[in-house]
Formats: sequence, structure tokens, C-alpha cells
Amino acid sequence: MSDIILKLENISKSFGDTHVLKGIDLEVSKGEFVTLLGSSGCGKTTTLRIIAGLETADSGKVYLNGTDVTNLEPNKRNVNTVFQNYALFPHLNIFDNIAYSLKLKKVDKAERKRIVSDALALVQLEGYEKRTPGELSGGQRQRIAIARAIVNQPDVLLLDEPLGALDLSLRRQMQLELKKLQKQLGITFIYITHDQEEALNMSDRIAVMRNGNFEQIAHPNDIYNNPRTSYVASFVGSANVLSGVVEKVKDGVAKVVTAYGVCFVNCGKYTVNTDQKVNFAVRGENILINKSDSETGLSAVISDVNFVGNMLRTTLKLSDGNEVVATKHGITSEYSVGQEVKFTFEPSSAVFVDME
Amino acid sequence: MKNKNSSKMSLAMLAPIYIFTIAFVALPIIYMFVLSFLKQAESWGVVYEFTFKNYLDILEPIYLTTFIESFKLAVLTTLLVIIIGYPFGYFMAKLSAKWRGRMMLLLMVPFWTNSLIRLYGWIIIFRANGPLDKILMFLGITQEPLKLLYTYPAVVVGMVYALVPFMILAVYSSVEKMDWSLVEASRDLGASAFEAFRTVTLPLTLPGLLSGIILTFVPSMGLFFIADILGGNKVVLVGNVIQEQLMKAHNWPFAAALAVILMLMTSILIYTYRKITKVNELEGIL
Repeated sequence: MSDIILKLENISKSFGDTHVLKGIDLEVSKGEFVTLLGSSGCGKTTTLRIIAGLETADSGKVYLNGTDVTNLEPNKRNVNTVFQNYALFPHLNIFDNIAYSLKLKKVDKAERKRIVSDALALVQLEGYEKRTPGELSGGQRQRIAIARAIVNQPDVLLLDEPLGALDLSLRRQMQLELKKLQKQLGITFIYITHDQEEALNMSDRIAVMRNGNFEQIAHPNDIYNNPRTSYVASFVGSANVLSGVVEKVKDGVAKVVTAYGVCFVNCGKYTVNTDQKVNFAVRGENILINKSDSETGLSAVISDVNFVGNMLRTTLKLSDGNEVVATKHGITSEYSVGQEVKFTFEPSSAVFVDME
Repeated sequence: MKNKNSSKMSLAMLAPIYIFTIAFVALPIIYMFVLSFLKQAESWGVVYEFTFKNYLDILEPIYLTTFIESFKLAVLTTLLVIIIGYPFGYFMAKLSAKWRGRMMLLLMVPFWTNSLIRLYGWIIIFRANGPLDKILMFLGITQEPLKLLYTYPAVVVGMVYALVPFMILAVYSSVEKMDWSLVEASRDLGASAFEAFRTVTLPLTLPGLLSGIILTFVPSMGLFFIADILGGNKVVLVGNVIQEQLMKAHNWPFAAALAVILMLMTSILIYTYRKITKVNELEGIL
């Protein structure tokens, strides 16, 4: 983690009585692709706006390239934003939209022309100079917004749910293109999304946000396999979170007594003690459903069976009303709704959460 | 079949509007246009004889000067209305919904009050030793009464006062429609607050500003009663001449010719507005 390009230090922000950010810290390295992931209202857009200078933090500091920019106006920061609604200037054509910042910087005309056509080539919209934003499709406007934001060669490019308005197939395609673009340009990206798949796909690191705090900042693999909290576990990859009490620990595996039976969970990096109350997460694809007369497993009743994508999703209802979702490939289910079953999982596929 | 029926239906629905427009807008204009090419009768009414005389008369120095003076006053009025009205409408649109409603009420109440009554209010304020003089002298800004009533500045104040609400409403309605994320985008791309205003806010609210200019400029050529009441007989506008020719000299054809010229100027302005903004409706008209 050398070459820190952006640093947030204890940033807090309130709107009226609502504490939107509660003292967040973040360090981003040069060239990194960091995603702020969270549901709406978690503070991710406010974070972005504070970095851009469109909002001022109540307290805390923003450092860009080692310089304190906390009180600088947005036009004094070498940061550019791709807005959620693209915010292309409707009264200017595509050339003037992209050349907007160059014109302000008094870049000479020939140079402007060259930079704009390079940028258009980069987003594969050569020859669109004379069009107006109103004549473009959503995907094309998206590309123009990106082109406009990168001609300045910002230290950090901020992207606020840039693919949110596009349809699914276009979104997948743009994910790949954006990632490629980011590698090619070497610009640091800070990317906002509420789509966990998008975050897992594109990011070098993901910062999961909730209620104005970071729940976990880590590599996508880590977020997926070792969620720190039950929120991260259920938000990313929709894992099931269960709770119980540790009965004993042996060879790094904890025997956990739950309200529905006994199961085993790998301790991983955590040390757990006997009689400790614990939460643990298990992903749907790791859950095996057995007949109710099996010797081991947690008891449940099948409450729903449906087919999503290429996966069979079986919803299990537990005695306390909580639900667990199990997924598997294929279309045939051996169990029917209302049937009593037991389910198991490998100790290594379960992970303790909420330990800190 | 269905289409034919519905088009018949819509024609039937629209007919009253067409009839009304033809009867009360188109016919009077045509009548006035025809009138402007006729001769004044010696005693009363017109003689049905074609002539260009009325238009040639306008070119006589006394009337031409009136046109030029009216034009100057209209330009001055419009400039002052822009200076007061644009910022007013702009900041009003940026108020919270609650305060916007209150400001709108404050703006509309005098707007709905009879304009003659409001003008008599100005007479009281302007007259020698009136409230304005008293305040200015009390503050030591002036030593003796300004005698503002029946002067050019009094007419200008009256004009601006009467017309500024049109500008405010026109600007307000276009600023209210502004997408402020565009201003943020411009700031983000390196524009200072002023540059953002000049390159984004101003061009995007131009339709409001231009329609405010038309709504100010056009009436200020013809608001004869303001010139009459606040200017005495010292300020004569095209509107005053028309009124005089119609009511006192009974020269209807000449009055009609003057009105046609005013209408032509208005049409040119609106045509230019449409060319510039590519919008067909004037912004903010009630």
C-alpha cells in the first residue's frame, strides 16, 4: 500500500438530525479500483460528494496526493465525477461537452480537438462530436460522461452508480469495458454501487458501507469468503446468518448448539471459547438438505422451492421463524413444500461473523 | 375507422376555441390592418379609399421622434427590469418550498391589484414634500424636495415597477426547472462559481430571460397611462399617440397604422426569440 493518492480521515457529516457519515476513514492507493458498496441511504454518495468537494464534511480531513483539500472548492481539486444521471450539458454538443474542462483550462484549439477525438476513440464513439446529448442512447451518454471526466486526467475518478440506468446486458458489457479502461488509463477509480455482483466483478477492494460506517474494507475474495459481520455476509452473496452457543472447541472446529440442532463451524482466524454466543454465516450453495431422519443436521421445514437463473432455490423455515436459503444446480427438487428436513454444511464452509 | 372518429371528435372539441380565436383575435387584427390603409373622414369615421398616407405620416419628425423616444424608454426599462428581475427570480426559485410560496404571494397580491390604484400610490410617494422627499431630506441625502413627480425618472420607476413581475415570473419558472447537477458537473470539471453561472446556468435559463425581455419590452412601448399619470404631458410614448389619435383626433386609420407598426415590432421580437431558443411558448406567462 504505497503511494496513497486519497485519504479520508474521520469524516463526519449530518443533514439536520440525520448522521449520514459517522467518522469514516479510507486510504486509496494510486491506480486502485475501490468500490463503495451499500444499500441506498448508507452514505456512499455523500462520501463521494465530499471527495469531489460538492459537499463539505462537518469534521474530518480529505487528503489528495498528500495535500489537505478539505476546504478546497470542487474546481480546485484534481478529481472528476461521472454523475449518476450523467449530467451532460444539454445546450452543448458532444465535442463541447467533452472539451468543457479543457476550454476552462485554456488548452489551445488544436490540442483540444486531438484530446477530444482520442477520448471519443477510447469510449468507441468516434465521429460523434457534432451530436447533442439528447440524440444519444443511455449507454452512449454514459460513455460520453466518462470521456468528459477523463480528459482532465484526474488523480481520482469518482463514479456514482454509473451503470444504474442501463439494462442488464449492457451493464455487464460496460462493467468489462470500465475495468479495461481503468487498467489502460491507470486512473484511480472510486466506484459506487449497490449491486454486489458488480462490486465483486470489478474492484480491487470493496468497502461495504452501512449506516454511515464501513463494515469491512477488503479484497473481493475476502469480502466473499471471510465476511467480518453478518451484514456483509448477507449483503454480499446473500449468505445465511445463524446464531448459537459454543459447546466445545476441538482441532480448530467449534461445536455450536443452535435452537435447531447441533452443527460444526471452523474457527478460522478467531479464537472462540466454550459457552460463547456466536453468529456464523453459511452460503446457500454450501447447504445440503437431507431427510428428516438423518442423524445429524439442523431441523427445518421446506417453505418454498423455486428456480432462479440456473439454480434451484429452496427456502427452509426454522422453528423460530428465521429462514435459510439453499441453492443448488439443476432443476429437480427431491423435496416438496411443507416437508420436514434436516440440513448440514461442511465446517469449513461456515465462518464466524460479528466477532469484533 | 377509429382514427377518423377520434379526429372528428377532437375537431368538435376544438371548434369553440377556433371560433373564439377567429372572432376575437384574428378579425380585429384584420380589421385594424385594413383600417390602417383607409382615409380619415372629415367629420367621423373613415372613408373607404386605399392610401399609404398613414404610414408615410409616421415618418414625419414629430411621430418618428416619439417612436425613437419610446424605444429608448423601453430599452432603459427593460435593462432595469433585467437587473432587478433576474436575480430576484433566480433566488426566489432557490428558496425552500415554503418561502417560495410566501414570496409568490407577496409578488402576486400587488400584481392582481388594479394598476391605476398602484400608480396613484406612486403619485403620493413622488409628489413634492411627499414621503420620499421627507425621508431623503430627513436622512440628509437631499436638502430640498426633488419634485420627482411628472419627470422622466418617475415614468421609468413606474414602468419598471409595473413590468418587473413579468420578468421575475419568467426567470423563476426557468430557474425552477434547472437541473442543478449540471452546475455541479461544471464545478467538478473546473469551473469557478461565476464560470459555471456564465456557461451553464445562464444559457439554460435564457428562454426565461428572453421571454421576460419580450414581456417587458413590448408593453413598455405602449403603456400610455403610466406616462400620462407619472409623466404629466412631458413624456409622450407611441401608446400615448395612439390613444390621442383614436380618442381626441378621431383619426382611426393613423392610430391603426401606429398599432400595426407596434405589432410588427412585437412579431419580430417573438420570431427572434423562437429562433434563439427553439422554444415556441413564452416562459412564465400566466
